[in-house]
Amino acid sequence: MDQTITGTFAVKKGLAQMLKGGVIMDVVTPEHARIAEDAGAVAVMALERVPADIRAQGGVARMSDPELILKIMEAVTIPVMAKCRIGHFVEAQILEAIGVDYIDESEVLTPADEQHHINKHAFKVPFVCGARNLGEALRRIGEGAAMIRTKGEAGTGDVVEAVRHARAVLGEIRRLQTMPEEELMAFAKEIGAPYELVVETKQLGRLPVVNFAAGGVATPADAALMMQLGVDGVFVGSGIFKSGDPARRAAAIVKAVTHFNDPQILAEVSRNLGEPMVGRQVSAIPQAELLAGRGW
Amino acid sequence: MRIGVLALQGDFHEHQAMLESLGAEVVQVRLPRHLEGLQGLIIPGGESTTIGKLAVDFGLIEPLRAFGKEHAIWGTCAGAIFLSSDARREQPLLGLMDIVVARNAFGRQVDSFEADLDVHFMGQANQRPFRAIFIRAPIIEQVRGEAQALVTLPDGRIVAARQGRWLATSFHPELTGDNRFHRYFLELAR
Repeated sequence: MDQTITGTFAVKKGLAQMLKGGVIMDVVTPEHARIAEDAGAVAVMALERVPADIRAQGGVARMSDPELILKIMEAVTIPVMAKCRIGHFVEAQILEAIGVDYIDESEVLTPADEQHHINKHAFKVPFVCGARNLGEALRRIGEGAAMIRTKGEAGTGDVVEAVRHARAVLGEIRRLQTMPEEELMAFAKEIGAPYELVVETKQLGRLPVVNFAAGGVATPADAALMMQLGVDGVFVGSGIFKSGDPARRAAAIVKAVTHFNDPQILAEVSRNLGEPMVGRQVSAIPQAELLAGRGW
Repeated sequence: MRIGVLALQGDFHEHQAMLESLGAEVVQVRLPRHLEGLQGLIIPGGESTTIGKLAVDFGLIEPLRAFGKEHAIWGTCAGAIFLSSDARREQPLLGLMDIVVARNAFGRQVDSFEADLDVHFMGQANQRPFRAIFIRAPIIEQVRGEAQALVTLPDGRIVAARQGRWLATSFHPELTGDNRFHRYFLELAR
């Protein structure tokens, strides 16, 4: 009878399932975190700089100071996530040690390893990872990620890349569903994904873990667009606290994700939100400055 | 049977899939008018602060209380918190069940766990333990008045309670392949 186990994959994946239909917001102070919680965020991502500032300031972007993350954890009752660099498993160990609820192994920070991601099975804390297509998503799940998000292009306020990545992942899943069994191995090879996960994805008709949108969402309409495309929820990074009225915009995006299929409500919540973040068109950004290409 | 799932936020699709596999017709409830014609309602897991805030913003608090006076309601995790009359902090609650709930009572996500539960309350045919998933789970600190404890952990802490046709569980049967709690709820709603 009494066999209690922590850190199982069902438990790691389960927290992401509780976040579905919700908005996860980037915050850089405990005050931001409280504003996000009051606006209805399902979780916050604790950071020293939002992606728009990382992009503007340049330099090496690393895990945030644990002291800041702990202060944000004290400020709110909702789950707190934090980012580590791709492949930097010691940053991940530190984040697990301070008790964050989810780790984002994120391309927004400067990668620590140009070939390998973290072996996420080795941790009790669950991980979310970015993906641009089905192969990348299934490689991350193969390494132990319990949640996937689109990469989009963080810190731009331009939703075009998030749309591209969501369409790629969901479109490939649709294609997979009409594929005969004998073609699955060649397909797994073509997209560089573990065969078993390709089979499982075909059976489920969706990714085996929760799949959020991220990277460029700035308005309630952007959030609802991603939901209508078929993601399970939305991350908003710079889009809230780089806007004119963060509390109002945050609450509006939360409502837009719940009522993503109701244009009357979307129109209502989109009114009088003040200035959105100043965007940066992805197509005008030099290739070397794009973040989504990080990750292997 | 037409059963609603409160679809403001959380794992309502998981509940929907399990109810549909048992032959129920499922309606997603986001606005008061969606409650019409339903025989029962499930409030899913999610973030109780988010669900509570959206319920206030879209005028669902009073309609849900009125619905509960006539029908069965089951809350899992965040839903159990929302059904309670006291969550030890200021946040919107339906206050239907006479239970006191403590949020995040087991710690943070790294302390989330799976455990076997004794579910003999469902009848002698239920010898087999229920493998339950607890995610940043609340506990039911007190059951008062008409409310009764249904399931406890080996250390005595209450993780499921019932009051008339209202059911609260601090764990997530919708995340398992075991539909016994969903069948139990459909009996309450009948």
